Amino acid sequence: MIHDKFPSKLLENAVEEFAKLPGIGRKTALRLVLYLLKLDELEVEDFGNAIIQLRKEINHCKVCHNISDTEVCNICSNPSRNEEVICVVETIRDVLSIENTRQYNGLYHVLGGVISPMDGVGPSDLEIASLVERIEKNDVTEIILALSTNMEGDTTNFYIYKKLKNIEVKVTTIARGVSVGGELEYTDELTLGRSIKNRINYSDTLTF
Amino acid sequence: MLKIEYMHLQSLSILDFKNIEQADFVFSEKLNCFLGDNGAGKTNLLDAIYYLSFTKGFFNSIDAQNIRHHREMFMLQGKYIRSDENETISAGFKIGQKKQIKRNRKLYKKLSDHIGLFPLVMISPSDISLISGGSDERRKFMDGVISQFDRIYLDTLLRYNRTLLQRNNLLKQFFEKRFFDEDTLSVYDEQLAELAGVIHKKRELYVNEITPVFQSFYTFVSGGNETVGLSYQSCMNEGDYSRQLLACRNRDRAAQHSTLGIHRDDLLLELGDFPMKKIGSQGQQKTYLLALKLAQFDYLKNASDIKPILLLDDIFDKLDAKRVSKIIELVTEARFGQIFITDTDREHLAYILDKMNTEHLIFKIENGKIVGK
Repeated sequence: MIHDKFPSKLLENAVEEFAKLPGIGRKTALRLVLYLLKLDELEVEDFGNAIIQLRKEINHCKVCHNISDTEVCNICSNPSRNEEVICVVETIRDVLSIENTRQYNGLYHVLGGVISPMDGVGPSDLEIASLVERIEKNDVTEIILALSTNMEGDTTNFYIYKKLKNIEVKVTTIARGVSVGGELEYTDELTLGRSIKNRINYSDTLTF
Repeated sequence: MLKIEYMHLQSLSILDFKNIEQADFVFSEKLNCFLGDNGAGKTNLLDAIYYLSFTKGFFNSIDAQNIRHHREMFMLQGKYIRSDENETISAGFKIGQKKQIKRNRKLYKKLSDHIGLFPLVMISPSDISLISGGSDERRKFMDGVISQFDRIYLDTLLRYNRTLLQRNNLLKQFFEKRFFDEDTLSVYDEQLAELAGVIHKKRELYVNEITPVFQSFYTFVSGGNETVGLSYQSCMNEGDYSRQLLACRNRDRAAQHSTLGIHRDDLLLELGDFPMKKIGSQGQQKTYLLALKLAQFDYLKNASDIKPILLLDDIFDKLDAKRVSKIIELVTEARFGQIFITDTDREHLAYILDKMNTEHLIFKIENGKIVGK
């Protein structure tokens, strides 16, 4: 039934566009479109303009490739941040997550994904070359690799690590282990095994 | 070494499982035999016992197809004694609902929590695929057992397979888009080498551990005139893997997939100096498989500190009388625990059992019902 032609070509077009969004099928798309039709014309105009403006005017920070309204984002241009440390993340969402921890005062570098030939993503599709250039040109002492802990993340970490071999910079990666407030009993064996293997000095845990 | 714990299935109730309408059993803690004609339901009884250990059927993992025809649900309940404690495991499935597995009336949230608590080894005619099938069957034989007790092994294997998949995709892209990216390929090569090293070492260890046990079982059953071999074949035995990967790079690029690695490992099964597949008679192949699976049993027993339940489905078919009595003699030894056997020929088996003087119970099965003991 949902594959039937709609009585209006305009309706059909709108539904098709909505259905291109992730997680939206034709049924949901139709519901959203019919909802928009019920709104005031002006409200719908605002909705449409917001999207057009977003696409036309959004900038990616030319330093870290985070989303920004300006040429250089407000993290990169903030003078109180430590410019010697760069945290490498997959997406803009990861920047938000780490910012929310309020534990990090360095800069970021957004790769735009991870290496995965299956999905047609190679190193040249990511911001890896610009990362290497950025480290070479600036006074950077430490690179923190904060990618997903899956195989693709590992591959990308390893690739970056090899690219940085001839540059004098400390390469670290975020710790993987038992979650805060978690009970050992309920931690899976792999994570626990890794936590034991990569244990840390107790005195280091006291500095908050 | 921990003390080997004691475990057995005391009683079993079945409702509408496969061709069994309703049945209740009280078992011997040593040897139990199900006798009956073809299609009577002997193997279905073993399957019910298997189900309670693995939360799925041995032959058919689709629960809806394990329900008796024209019924809507099946129920299984087993009462076990496990290290001096009573344990009740029940399994129920109703069409359109999720299956429910309970341990002592408490519903499992994750079925994987149950697997391994009541270890079990099934020896059945379908094991023949280990000899006649492709090398993937023999890798599965190794991987299945090792990963049950070694989460790191399982994780490493999954990572290896994922890395391999990505590397193959990369090789395909090199070919289709006519470019070559040495840096990315060598990142995958180094990762593969790291993971393959771990897998190879653990597979080698496993094969080395079961081989002497396997050979002694075979010698015992066959009477000692035949020698059998089991050897682990892997490219990792041929020297440094990284160097080999580099050497076959052009071949890989032409083939558009990875032609070398532990994903091509195999087990060489031999009788004398020849492959079992080519020269072994049906009886010899059957004996070989039995000895191999019993060696697996032995490994499981040592790894889990509990004697698994042993299910022997129709194993005496095609074996001479001498071998049959040797097998009974072997499995009734103290190192094995509770055993369930199916067979068609009542007099034959009963004769052997009486001679053995081992505690045993015989159940006669007809049309899914117990008709006598």
